[in-house]
Amino acid sequence: MEELQNSFREIGIHHYLFLSAILFSIGVMGVLLRRNFIIIFMSIELMLNAVNILLAAFSRFHGDQSGQVFVFFIMVVAAAEVAVGLGILVMIYRNIRSTDINALRNLKW
Amino acid sequence: MTPIAFLILAALTIGSALMVVFSKNPIYSVLWLVICFFSITGHYILLDAGFLGIVNLIVYAGAIMVLFLFVIMLLNLNKETEPHKPMLLKVAAVFSACLLMIILAASLREYDTRPATMITEEFGTAKGVGKVLFKDFLLPFEVASILFISAMVGAVILGKKHVND
Repeated sequence: MEELQNSFREIGIHHYLFLSAILFSIGVMGVLLRRNFIIIFMSIELMLNAVNILLAAFSRFHGDQSGQVFVFFIMVVAAAEVAVGLGILVMIYRNIRSTDINALRNLKW
Repeated sequence: MTPIAFLILAALTIGSALMVVFSKNPIYSVLWLVICFFSITGHYILLDAGFLGIVNLIVYAGAIMVLFLFVIMLLNLNKETEPHKPMLLKVAAVFSACLLMIILAASLREYDTRPATMITEEFGTAKGVGKVLFKDFLLPFEVASILFISAMVGAVILGKKHVND
């Protein structure tokens, strides 16, 4: 454990900044690219996780555990969001019989 | 040892995240997302946040992913029926996501690179995180429970077919 903590200095916070930037961009790409609303939902989860990694990394680098508590709250909100969101998606599917978000353009024009 | 572990985990995370976006079949997307969450748990453990890693494993890889799989099987989506966007829109989506990544990376490049502060023995364990959670964040914790119960009620109401039928 000691050795692990000392060798952590070789990885700067930059690595985690770039990792979560890449992960967040992949999530954005999923939202822009796909038309299946379940995949879009999963891409949103990816973006939330990118932020979680960044919070954990900052918490480690500043030696402050508040960042980890924030990750817990993000997980709480994500779990509630998934429960309500999937409920809404199932209801939409019952009405339009499709998972294509292009069918949901009633509010356009 | 840690840099190699970090690089392997990061490659796994990014590769599986890309597969989530590019898989044709929604079931495969969910399974790749499970792998992605497992590797994120590895990152938490490397960041001395072991308790957070276990919670991530239980909540995300366990509960949320089962919920996704359940909905996909309920809607019978395990086939490739998704219509595709035009090629131009796909190229535009990938291009703008790459631009976003470049901008994020460029803006974070100058972040100060002090070495990590030394941490106490309790850092990231259930004991240490619990002390912070129940001392400094007691009120948000209780508010989160109210959020949970309202989400649960909302999900049940949404999931019911029709009240009048």
